[in-house]
Amino acid sequence: MSEFLSGDLVRCVVGGSELKGTYITSRDGMAVLKVDSGYNIGVFPGDCTLIERPAPMKPAREEVIQDPSLPVLSIVSTGGTIASRIDYRTGAVTSQFDASDILRAIPGMSAIARYRTRKLYTILSENMTPSIWQELARAVYEEIQGGARGVIVTHGTDTMAYSAAALSFMLETPVPVVFVGSQRSADRPSSDNVMNALCSASVAVGDLGEVAVVMHGTTSDDRCAIHRGTRVRKMHTSRRDAFQSIGIPPLGYVDYPSLKVTLSPGTAVRGACEPALHDRLEPACGLLYFSPGMSPDILNAYAGFKGVVIAGSGLGHVSTSLIPAIRELIDQGTLVVMTSQCLNGRVCDRVYDTGRDLIRAGVVEGEDMLPETALVKLMWVLGNEPDSEKARRMMHENLKGEYTRRSLHGL
Amino acid sequence: MDYKRLGLVAGIEIHQQLNTREKLFCRCPTHLRPFEEHNGEFFRYLRATESELGEIDRAAREEMKNLRKFLYYTYDSTCLVENDEEPPAPLNPEALTVCLQIAKMCGMTPIPQVHTMRKLVIDGSNTSGFQRTALVAVNGTLPNGGAIETICLEEEAAQRVKGDVFSLDRLGIPLVEITTSPCMHSPEEVQEIAEYLGMVLRSTGKVKRGLGTIRQDVNISIREGARVEIKGVQDLDLIAEVVRREVQRQERLLSIRQRLTERGASVSRTPHDVTALFSHSGSKILKKAPRVMAVTLAGFAGLVGEEIQNGRRLGSELSDYAKKCGVGGIFHTDELPAYGMTEDEVSALRAEVGAGEADCIVLVAGDMHQAECACQQVILRAELALKGVPEETRKMLEGGSTSYMRPLPGAARMYPETDVFPVTVTSECWEAIPRVELLNAKAERFSREHGLDTAVARQMAYSEHVLLFERAVDLGIAPTLAARTLIATLKEISREGLDINPLVADHDHCGNPIIPEVLQVLLGVKKARVGKEAIPDVLRRIIRGESSESAMQSVESTAEGADLEALAKRIVRERMSFVKEKGMGALGPLMGVMMKEVRGAVDGRKVSQVLKAALSDALGEK
Ligand SMILES: [Zn+2]
Repeated sequence: MSEFLSGDLVRCVVGGSELKGTYITSRDGMAVLKVDSGYNIGVFPGDCTLIERPAPMKPAREEVIQDPSLPVLSIVSTGGTIASRIDYRTGAVTSQFDASDILRAIPGMSAIARYRTRKLYTILSENMTPSIWQELARAVYEEIQGGARGVIVTHGTDTMAYSAAALSFMLETPVPVVFVGSQRSADRPSSDNVMNALCSASVAVGDLGEVAVVMHGTTSDDRCAIHRGTRVRKMHTSRRDAFQSIGIPPLGYVDYPSLKVTLSPGTAVRGACEPALHDRLEPACGLLYFSPGMSPDILNAYAGFKGVVIAGSGLGHVSTSLIPAIRELIDQGTLVVMTSQCLNGRVCDRVYDTGRDLIRAGVVEGEDMLPETALVKLMWVLGNEPDSEKARRMMHENLKGEYTRRSLHGL
Repeated sequence: MDYKRLGLVAGIEIHQQLNTREKLFCRCPTHLRPFEEHNGEFFRYLRATESELGEIDRAAREEMKNLRKFLYYTYDSTCLVENDEEPPAPLNPEALTVCLQIAKMCGMTPIPQVHTMRKLVIDGSNTSGFQRTALVAVNGTLPNGGAIETICLEEEAAQRVKGDVFSLDRLGIPLVEITTSPCMHSPEEVQEIAEYLGMVLRSTGKVKRGLGTIRQDVNISIREGARVEIKGVQDLDLIAEVVRREVQRQERLLSIRQRLTERGASVSRTPHDVTALFSHSGSKILKKAPRVMAVTLAGFAGLVGEEIQNGRRLGSELSDYAKKCGVGGIFHTDELPAYGMTEDEVSALRAEVGAGEADCIVLVAGDMHQAECACQQVILRAELALKGVPEETRKMLEGGSTSYMRPLPGAARMYPETDVFPVTVTSECWEAIPRVELLNAKAERFSREHGLDTAVARQMAYSEHVLLFERAVDLGIAPTLAARTLIATLKEISREGLDINPLVADHDHCGNPIIPEVLQVLLGVKKARVGKEAIPDVLRRIIRGESSESAMQSVESTAEGADLEALAKRIVRERMSFVKEKGMGALGPLMGVMMKEVRGAVDGRKVSQVLKAALSDALGEK
């Protein structure tokens, strides 16, 4: 197998037929060839012989001239793809991060702004860590300090909401910080990447002054929704409109293809604060999803953690049999916050006995915070506030729109 | 016409829908729906993605001339995979098996490991912007000595409702694509090969039938001409005519090229804005248009209006190209004055652009962008006329002529569908695929083994109910009766507007195999429970919801046992004088009366038996 390199021209005998193709790779012990018609086929490597090894082709790349009269946006990439390129000779799809590449792939971008790009990471978003959130926050802060009119963060969609929440707490931003990604791969002509990218750039040059996620609002290419970083959640595994604001309406919408941005009242506006970075996080925190009959051993495993968020049932409950273990955790200095698996609605541990027992044990009611946001907030609060009583109180304060004091009708 | 002398070379691509239970990459059913049953709509824009060489495929670029919005209809029988909102399911094994079976029947070699690819298609007919397709086998043989190059398994595209509106019920139905080598040299040969391949496909018993379930693309070129691919010939009988007309078109285009060369013709690359000339024109289109532009084709006079194919002129080709920019068409001086335009206007036009009588002027009208784009397209096509026949993808028009669709797609427009795992076709798996009897061999066998008349045998073998027939014969049902019922009776009943599906279904609601009702009824006939004459009546009852058992019982009970004897006695008694006169000779005429009374619900032999007894009783009493 190792005798062939990607790009080699090879001859292969399949049954009685001889086929010619380009060697692509090996997979499951088979050699994958691309034949002249463009199809890939898997054949036995022993049936192939080398014809020739062509010199590798360098793709022709031209720099795209950016319009100097336009504002500068910074694109910080962590791994989400907003542009990609297909090599039809080998079938390889590569993500594009360079400004020229992005502008060539999405021509409409050049009419909105000038761009500078910063490739921070190239990872799948499920491999994100709190320390990468911190690096990201620092990078974005630098971009803001460096005069960017707005910052776009490209991000894989799986954990985008966590990162958006993390930056919401770590950054004071006078400019839009917009997270964007795509649910359907950027190589497909139907990908949501183009519309999401154009809409996010339009938001980034606009009047918003907070951290937001901009993604498809519906399954159609009609508009993107702008979600607050602390209230957004991925609610579908694959649909374009997976991202939804929970408990509040979206911060606004971007119509497509007009790219007209409409912001709701109550949105933080550009220039309302000075940029600041508070990038400390307490990593020893966890999020526990309660299920009936859950063993107290699971809670005991959190011994030594600084904070635990529980996604409880209904109004914010766990079984009575878990309460001693929770009390033990709290007594040992862990801050325990209760949220609900319902996602929608407010936690209230004053209605039923188990709830009252939880409060007596010292559990903090997480109000209507999303469990994931509560976790990120807990990390941030514990990272920045050494006094545990103050930290407890901060979990009850609305810092970045992560919780509302009133549950509104219709949401 | 001497096609050999012209150097005709043709190949075909056949696309046939498979009749599998589920689609190729999702678990939706494979049946079509009336458009009005759609339960939702959504819309998308499609964009070609940049390829390695910084180029967008030229066919894709053509489609991108306008940013187009596509609307899709969804149904309760479609899912998020069709919506391009969910990754595909694994390649449907049932479809792959059928495809391998066809490959085997054509003597092809299977690919050891089948890889699914994404083929770029951005005309809106695929929500994703690509069609999933896999090369399954290569190198088969044809009866004319030619070769089948490849067989591919791909997903069917969405059906166009109108304009840029598509219906998702069809998207994802498995489709086999058989590509022959360019091995045919006359229109008739193309037709024969297409018919042969159609027969092979139907022999599997696993292909869909009816209009639109099979489509053929034909590749045609003549010496000095160019490869032209004609898409979507649905009617097999038209294939030869399509080839004839394309040969004619290429020949005439070559003749036009020769005369253009002799005349030293040329195309002006600078269009003239002539909007002002037509501000008071009798032609409403020109008068209303925000912009009218003219392209001068020097030395083209007379040739633009020359017919190159039934109902098609060189002008029609220019017009097809211009229409890609959103204009309604073109005007050209070979057909002017007309359409409300006067002789004076034409003269003024010639003067304005400085064209002489030997030149042809083409006019396009639209908004500024459309008109400029259309001029460039006209210039492009006119320059191609100087070179001869352009390579093109064309679509068939009614009757067999064709119009321009887009340039031939470049070869490199595929990349791997990474969401679908490759499927290994082991030699055990290939050996296990049963060889299927071809329908023509089957017809011959039906007539040899079952004594069917040649025409009936052929009809039965090619019928969609052929498997039912073979099952009936296995069950010991008389072949002629089975054939007549499955061909004539079922057709008769479905002509009455009744749905014959309950009669032929071989699975119950839970998917368990059952003996189809029509065979149950034929078994009833075999056991003399019901007469042949009662078959249509029993079948209608089943369609109305009765079980075969109860349907047979209800016709039976109208004339069972004792009733039958009583009936015979009554009939004899009422016609005693006739009986006395004819003696046992009355049996024949009275049979007719009796059969009418029992409405064919009883087997004729039984009736005859009972009647004979009643007659001899009556005659004996005397
Ligand atoms: Zn489906």
